[in-house]
Amino acid sequence: MFKKEIIALLLAGGQGSRLGVLTKKAAKPAVLFGGKYRIIDFSLSNCVNSGIDTVGVLTQYQPLKLNNHIGIGKPWDMDRMDGGVTILSPFMKESSGEWYKGTANAISQNIDYVDKMAPKYVIILSGDHIYKMDYSEMLAFHIKNNAEATISVIDVPYDEASRYGIMNTDQNGRIFEFEEKPKNPKSTLASMGVYIFTWEVLREYLLRDEQLESSDHDFGKDVIPTMLAEDRSLWAYKFVGYWKDVGTIQAFWESNMDLVSRVPEFNLYDQQWKTYTPNPVKPPHYVASSGSITTSIVAEGCMIYGQVRNSVLFPGVYVGRNTVIDNSIIMSNAHINENCRLDHCIIGENAVFGNNVIVGKGDNIPNEHKPAIYNSGITVVGEGAEVPEGAVIGKNVMVDLHARREDFCSIEVPSGSSIYNGGVCE
Amino acid sequence: MTNTMGLILSGWKKPELKELSYIRSVSAIPFGGKYRAIDFILSNMVNSGIKNVGVLTQYSFRSLMDHLGSGKEWDLDRRYDGLFVFPPSLSEDEKGWYRGSADAMYNNLSFLKRSNEEYVIISHGNSIFKMQFDEMLNYHISVNADITMAYRRMFDYSPDELSRLGILEVDENNRIIDLQEKPLHPQSDLGSIGVYMIRRKLLISLLEECIAHGEYDLVKDILIKKLDKLGVYGYEFKGYWRNISSVQTYYKCSMDMLNPEIREELFFKNGKIYTKVKDEAPAKYNAEANVRNCIVADGCFIEGTVENSVLFRGVTIAKGAVVKNSIVMQGAVIEEGAVIEYTILDKNVIMTKGKYLKGESDYPFVVGKNSVV
Repeated sequence: MFKKEIIALLLAGGQGSRLGVLTKKAAKPAVLFGGKYRIIDFSLSNCVNSGIDTVGVLTQYQPLKLNNHIGIGKPWDMDRMDGGVTILSPFMKESSGEWYKGTANAISQNIDYVDKMAPKYVIILSGDHIYKMDYSEMLAFHIKNNAEATISVIDVPYDEASRYGIMNTDQNGRIFEFEEKPKNPKSTLASMGVYIFTWEVLREYLLRDEQLESSDHDFGKDVIPTMLAEDRSLWAYKFVGYWKDVGTIQAFWESNMDLVSRVPEFNLYDQQWKTYTPNPVKPPHYVASSGSITTSIVAEGCMIYGQVRNSVLFPGVYVGRNTVIDNSIIMSNAHINENCRLDHCIIGENAVFGNNVIVGKGDNIPNEHKPAIYNSGITVVGEGAEVPEGAVIGKNVMVDLHARREDFCSIEVPSGSSIYNGGVCE
Repeated sequence: MTNTMGLILSGWKKPELKELSYIRSVSAIPFGGKYRAIDFILSNMVNSGIKNVGVLTQYSFRSLMDHLGSGKEWDLDRRYDGLFVFPPSLSEDEKGWYRGSADAMYNNLSFLKRSNEEYVIISHGNSIFKMQFDEMLNYHISVNADITMAYRRMFDYSPDELSRLGILEVDENNRIIDLQEKPLHPQSDLGSIGVYMIRRKLLISLLEECIAHGEYDLVKDILIKKLDKLGVYGYEFKGYWRNISSVQTYYKCSMDMLNPEIREELFFKNGKIYTKVKDEAPAKYNAEANVRNCIVADGCFIEGTVENSVLFRGVTIAKGAVVKNSIVMQGAVIEEGAVIEYTILDKNVIMTKGKYLKGESDYPFVVGKNSVV
């Protein structure tokens, strides 16, 4: 009988805490990206385009949006009789229940799922990167080298190498050493968090790892080093192309902005390698006589009466007359009224702006409460927030999810301050 | 409305649509940037709660079949009922081509007979409108009508346009006392919008009677002839309604989509309009783009000037190209410096560098599918 050669396990439970208010109510893979997608769409579409039709999606942190988004997998053609997409959330066992404690533990807890599918190989993915990769080529590499584990790596600049897990290999690509965030990296091949394992081998290591009290149950920290120590056949597969971890507000903003450049490094318009996502049921967007759009990408259902430059607009955004939007990301169904000026900001879904609002004015002062998150000059307005008429908002400001007009103690919101939902004015 | 089923007559030959309908059924004409004409009536039915819809096709139905598929997009891929498409079939006792709308329904009588719904809504597939049928059904029941026809005051139609419609007269109880199909000199501005409500069993017996008399047309041979014998009532529809029957009406109706009020009524109020999904990325505008008063679908790539126009999915407008008062269908490419005005470009047309085409507002120029200019 036909047997599955490979299935994918997609780790989608990460919080992505450095994305601040964008991941307060959604896991990082569920964050909107690129005018109509969610971050997980890129990994899922890679699976479809690589011929993988069975994907287990492991969720944990705030899974509602993710579950909703994936549904039965129709947009990715994964509503299959045999295989398709399965959401794997932590569950109760006979004696106790527990959360996924690490990447390896998450897979260990779902050994039954993989056994049922009985594949020869598994590919482990993380759902929080923007890239296009043909996993079937990586699998061919794995098979050719008779590998037990293949780790996809990308060449990173030397000064950034100490932020990644670095693979040291011989000239054929066989890995002899793995260093997690080394101070003095010996190579610049960074792990992309994409692993192919021969399932039989991985299964054994997972079971052993579970028995170790001292283990963090993490692929990078525990499983891979153990395999190396026991001289198993581990290979590094070099990936060349666009690969971005959109882990911070600045990185998220930048990689969205990459899409509006004249010849984007990351091409969404490739008919041979489409990115799939549920399509909103909306008519084409409308640009009024008073409106104009330059150097931007704009999704369906938008209504543009003002000016949009250097920006990414998701479906159903309304831009009122005399409003000017620059260098910004405006998410689905946000409503920006008339005569506003928005610069360098990220506006969440369904946010509503009154008339005459200004965003992005003033000095670049890091956020008072979360300077590590909001520090690059970008102001972030959470999903469903209401911004009162005439508000003047500075840089690095955070407006909470569903903040109400009353939560603005003053319409002057200087750079670096925060507006909380239900916040108390001093 | 689980007690009502739908029948869509997807259209007979319309030579007035020229190149636009040579290759496709009129119901499959691309419209409004991403739709096909039939999406409107199908969505109206689905939004009214109808779950059993038959589509009767005749000419060039390949693109229509391709578009409808299993009915997934309209939520009509059901275990029971759902979407049924009936092209003409050549079996021993059947004569092949449908000879008229009544003949088409008669040839698929078994579909009507095995359905369970009490009522049937019959409609054309080439009208652009948003209508909820629940109210019409309530009206149909309240006046105890045999047949209810929806009509509209065609105040915004020219006499010439009126003469392409079924024109009716009603008495003070809204009973239809006269009905003329495409009269040369219309006596009123009450035009039929081609939507009929009837009890399923009555429809079956009327069809059997009609065919037994050697007649084939729903309007001419059933409705007009039975005005005296049956209770045929009019139901006034007050919204936007346009029928795509010629290049001129197609152009005019497409340009109506630039009107925010009409767009609001059609696409945002009382349910959505569903269509076949294409996975296109959002439209991309480069620095030179100059776009005013347009509707633009996903997957477009714009570096030129576009005014008062409708751009379908995946259209490319190169630098220095100018598109004014035009309709550009899916996948068309306007190369550098090319100019079109009052022109309808069908799918995948390529306007090569520097070429110029201009029609008139009342006589737009049509370029057939896959042409290279």
